[in-house]
Amino acid sequence: MALADKEIAALTEKAWEIRHLIVQTIVWAGGGHVGGALSQVEILIVLYYHYLNIDPRRPDWEDRDRVILSKGHGGVGYAPILADRGYFPMELLKEFNHTGSPFGMHLDRLKVPGVDASTGSLGHGLPMAVGMALGAKLQQKPWHTYCIVGDGESHEGSIWEAAMCAAHYKLDNLTGFVDRNRLCIDGDTEEIMALEPLKGKWASFGWYVLEIDGHDFKELGEAIEEARRTAGRPTMIIANTVKGKGVNFMEGEAAWHYGGLDSDKEKQALQSINRIYGKS
Amino acid sequence: MSVTGLTYHVYDVEHMTPAEIYGHVLAQLGQERAEIVALTADLAKSTKIGKFGEKFPERFFNVGVAEQNLFGVAAGLALAGFIPFVSTFAVFAALRAGEQVRTDICYQKLNVKIIATHSGISFGPAGTTHHCTEDLAVMRSFANMTVLAPADGYETANAVRACLDYPGPVYIRIGRGFEQTVYEGEDYDFAIGKAVTMHEGSDITVIACGPCVLYAVEAAKALQESKGIAVRVLNMHTIKPLDKAAILAAVHDTRKIITAENHNVIGGLGSAVAEVIAEGGKSCRLKRLGLPDTFAIVGITEDLYNIYKLDRDGITEAILEMLGQEVEPDDDWEDEI
Repeated sequence: MALADKEIAALTEKAWEIRHLIVQTIVWAGGGHVGGALSQVEILIVLYYHYLNIDPRRPDWEDRDRVILSKGHGGVGYAPILADRGYFPMELLKEFNHTGSPFGMHLDRLKVPGVDASTGSLGHGLPMAVGMALGAKLQQKPWHTYCIVGDGESHEGSIWEAAMCAAHYKLDNLTGFVDRNRLCIDGDTEEIMALEPLKGKWASFGWYVLEIDGHDFKELGEAIEEARRTAGRPTMIIANTVKGKGVNFMEGEAAWHYGGLDSDKEKQALQSINRIYGKS
Repeated sequence: MSVTGLTYHVYDVEHMTPAEIYGHVLAQLGQERAEIVALTADLAKSTKIGKFGEKFPERFFNVGVAEQNLFGVAAGLALAGFIPFVSTFAVFAALRAGEQVRTDICYQKLNVKIIATHSGISFGPAGTTHHCTEDLAVMRSFANMTVLAPADGYETANAVRACLDYPGPVYIRIGRGFEQTVYEGEDYDFAIGKAVTMHEGSDITVIACGPCVLYAVEAAKALQESKGIAVRVLNMHTIKPLDKAAILAAVHDTRKIITAENHNVIGGLGSAVAEVIAEGGKSCRLKRLGLPDTFAIVGITEDLYNIYKLDRDGITEAILEMLGQEVEPDDDWEDEI
């Protein structure tokens, strides 16, 4: 059932809150992968606040839906959502990147409740998601695996090994997202190493492919529901996003792949986010 | 026969290669443990893990020639509660997919068991692209990894059984499957982390793993008979965690140690033994036999063992040479600097 306007409004309010929390966490961390953390926000929010069958009080519940953030450097944008959903106290975010903290740039499954797989090195998450989805099929379990892949990450050959494998095993219990923000560290993905036609690539690998606005909750909801209805093959949702979304001086800027915020920049960033959401 | 509640057959190694034996053992274990799954990358026949696949096709995944995905998928299956056994050639497990093994499997302490075939110089004619004389060095440097190098097919069967309930990732290094046996059966004390004394002796110790165990035993027997030399032979089937007590006892009892392995002398069994000796603080002569930091030439495997002095003759020569050397007392070396 498509998301109701009221639900979309609530998710939008949540996205405003989470963007604030991400900026805060970047400050506490002394810097972070802020660009990608902000581009993936709506994908993670629609999953964690609407579609996932999870119980944050039981992070190891065996019938939970699984999420793998294959673009593991998005951890600084993922941990605030896990904290907000109650997997661990919000206070812990203040330790992000600190010596001895459970939270580093790339989240460790064994230290951060709610994380289903440790990721960070690119091209590793999707193969693990394929293994999980195969496992669910083998156990005849209904849980679903979601995997968020970076577009720069899609330069990795192992992504395409896994793509072939997921289609071969007809893993319709696996749904992927490409956070298509069009930037990798060194610049435009199409200039560094062209990915287009990306939709055609996934389709030719045997996936059902949808292309949407990755910041639009309505489109995200419809795509996820369509993925869940699709039998016999995995679905890849190419979510067109903006790197640094919500912070005007970061949007579309490759230089903000990773960055720190002094108090002026922090203030500017929060004001920019407020403007977008019509908050003063 | 029963070990840890499992019933199993003793396979006839006279008519079966070590690799075939492990394939059958795995198929047998699969009968009793539904959580076992098996994976390979287009090497079901070569590695013999296909034996499991014939019996349990629904629990067997051949992912094609894609080793990075192979180990990632295995990690995912382990995260979903299965015990994946993954088999491919050692060079692909340790090097092509080394990062997946380290980051996906070891870092997450996942219950994935790797059976790496065609290790060392066992695939002699295939050349360096298919040799693997680096895997012990790589694998023992991965935190959380257990590293086994069984001496023969019987021991491989024991290793496969033992690793099933040994928590965390395990790397089992075997050959191409044509190796001779050193054991007469599977019925001996096999425990991960515990060296097996294959030949008693107090004059000198040879610490070996893999096929070199047989050659060391042959050398020890011949020297005992022909010259009355008492060579202790330790089968160090577990490279990590290493049996330090057995090494230190050998240092104490014999003061002369030779290591033998089908691996580069850098980073493998010899290096691991050297570390224990050096930290033990007792003087001891040490000679590491292995590939002398070179890629092996192409050749029939038996010829390569001879050329690199890892066979009976090579080990014998090293023993005799070391027996002619003094173990110098610690206070006698300053004048030689």
